[in-house]
Amino acid sequence: MIELWRSVPPRGRIVIALALAVLLALPLAADRYVLSVLTLIFYFAYVGQAWNLMMGFAGQLSLGHALYVGLGGYVSALLWLKLGIGPWLGVFAAVAVAAAFGAAIGWLGFRFGIAGVYFALLTIAFAEFTRIGFDHIDYAGAAGGLFLRVEETGQWWNLRGGTLMFYYLALALAGGALALTAWLARTRIGYQWLAVREDEEAARALGINVFRAKMAAILISSGLTAVGGVFTAFYSNNLFPSRVFDINRSIEIILAPIVGGLGTVFGPVVGAFILTPLGEVLTALTDRLGINAPGVKAAFYGLALMVIIVLRPAGVWPWLARVLRLTEHRR
Amino acid sequence: MSLLVVDQVIKRFRGLTAVDGASFQVGAGEIFAVIGPNGAGKTTLFNLIAGVLAPDAGAISFEGTRIDSLTPDAICRLGIGRTFQLVRPFPALTVEDNALVGALLQRSGVEAARAHAHDVLRRLDLYDKRHQLASALTLPDRKRLEVARALATDPKLLLLDEVMAGLRPAETDRMVAILRTLNREHGITILLIEHVMRAVMALATQVLVLHHGAAIALGKPADVVREPAVISSYLGVEAL
Repeated sequence: MIELWRSVPPRGRIVIALALAVLLALPLAADRYVLSVLTLIFYFAYVGQAWNLMMGFAGQLSLGHALYVGLGGYVSALLWLKLGIGPWLGVFAAVAVAAAFGAAIGWLGFRFGIAGVYFALLTIAFAEFTRIGFDHIDYAGAAGGLFLRVEETGQWWNLRGGTLMFYYLALALAGGALALTAWLARTRIGYQWLAVREDEEAARALGINVFRAKMAAILISSGLTAVGGVFTAFYSNNLFPSRVFDINRSIEIILAPIVGGLGTVFGPVVGAFILTPLGEVLTALTDRLGINAPGVKAAFYGLALMVIIVLRPAGVWPWLARVLRLTEHRR
Repeated sequence: MSLLVVDQVIKRFRGLTAVDGASFQVGAGEIFAVIGPNGAGKTTLFNLIAGVLAPDAGAISFEGTRIDSLTPDAICRLGIGRTFQLVRPFPALTVEDNALVGALLQRSGVEAARAHAHDVLRRLDLYDKRHQLASALTLPDRKRLEVARALATDPKLLLLDEVMAGLRPAETDRMVAILRTLNREHGITILLIEHVMRAVMALATQVLVLHHGAAIALGKPADVVREPAVISSYLGVEAL
């Protein structure tokens, strides 16, 4: 960790330290609305980071990451509701179940050479099957969903609490995922992922076990994403198969890293800080102008996305880092 | 004992027999060249040794171990490094990171691997360009990066697939000098496919001539180029 910090250029250290200080102190000044938007930003930065490990680093396109969010949420919520096991313990089970699904998808895809868009289709199919499956599991509330009771008094040990608790928890998740990605990018597996992403055959010729590298990517990515699922289940207090496993949820997850910069450590964070407020602003704006017919917000959102991607096809972060001179040439 | 033994290897693609019973041995410390006209089966032979393809018959052994059923990554881990005929460095990675990926094979720490990568890049005259993206390199540089990356895996045997092709004479001489140094000072055995006879004559200790997948000549370069079968099938009369 200390070594990781040392590798950050001086200007970058100042920016990181400042940003962290501001975000830690912000609840003193900001109101509940601002905190809830920031919580959402942190959440998308977190799950975006998890997806980015698999796509941005290892080059494996998943369009079904809602599967891992949903499984994480359902497993932890069921453990809590049915057996009284709190989410701090439940998260381990949630990660295990999601990683098992990730392993199954990865094994099928990578073992049988299902690559690119076909692999992406496989990930969508698994999310859809699981959605349909949960629609019929009565134990998990079937299509009617699950509801978590809101407690009068905060119980942080059971993730029952208010805006402030979830704000700090989301901040910790996003920060943790950022640090983990920065660390992974500098390890053997991180470099192996890049090699696999760039050229599988050449990677193999350098002695890299491509199958194992890809499996590591999907296991880590699905496990991390499930933690986001636990968070979102206990934050929103309800779970419906048609909502959590929906492909729109999967798309939501991948937008921030794409806009911020695929395969970069800060891309998902920057992307989340752009897209979530953009959505909020558009909602406010269409409300104010009285044009909040269905689809209007989505149309503007899509337009904004197109503009950003046309202007910064490699993502906003690489450009931003250059402008702010936050990256330096390595020794 | 020979480092590499290729014994009666056959590879067919549908009706075409690309490699037809080729047999040869490469001793430790040799620079062994495989020449022959286009379509003679040279690259197929390479891919058989590197594990990209499995032979239909015959055996390939490295240091006495059968390798013809192993995967390319397992073969690399045994100590065989290779380059590709159409160079394929990792385009979005820097020159240094390209070599680093190779260096990580035999080193656990990234910093140790980086130091080794620097070492290898110096040998290939690429150290000063280590922060450039591989996609920004010229062809001669990319060819040398391809060699550097394979070399970074610490191979005992280096398979080079037409690393001179497309190079100007001065660049060819530079590559020849580099390969000679690798062979003499670092004890790396080299098996190369080459069309550039100037390089073959300067480097090779042994030459194998393939024609329609079969070996038609094997011996010292000076002897092989005098054989009538080689002249008529590949070199042409004017080469003399």
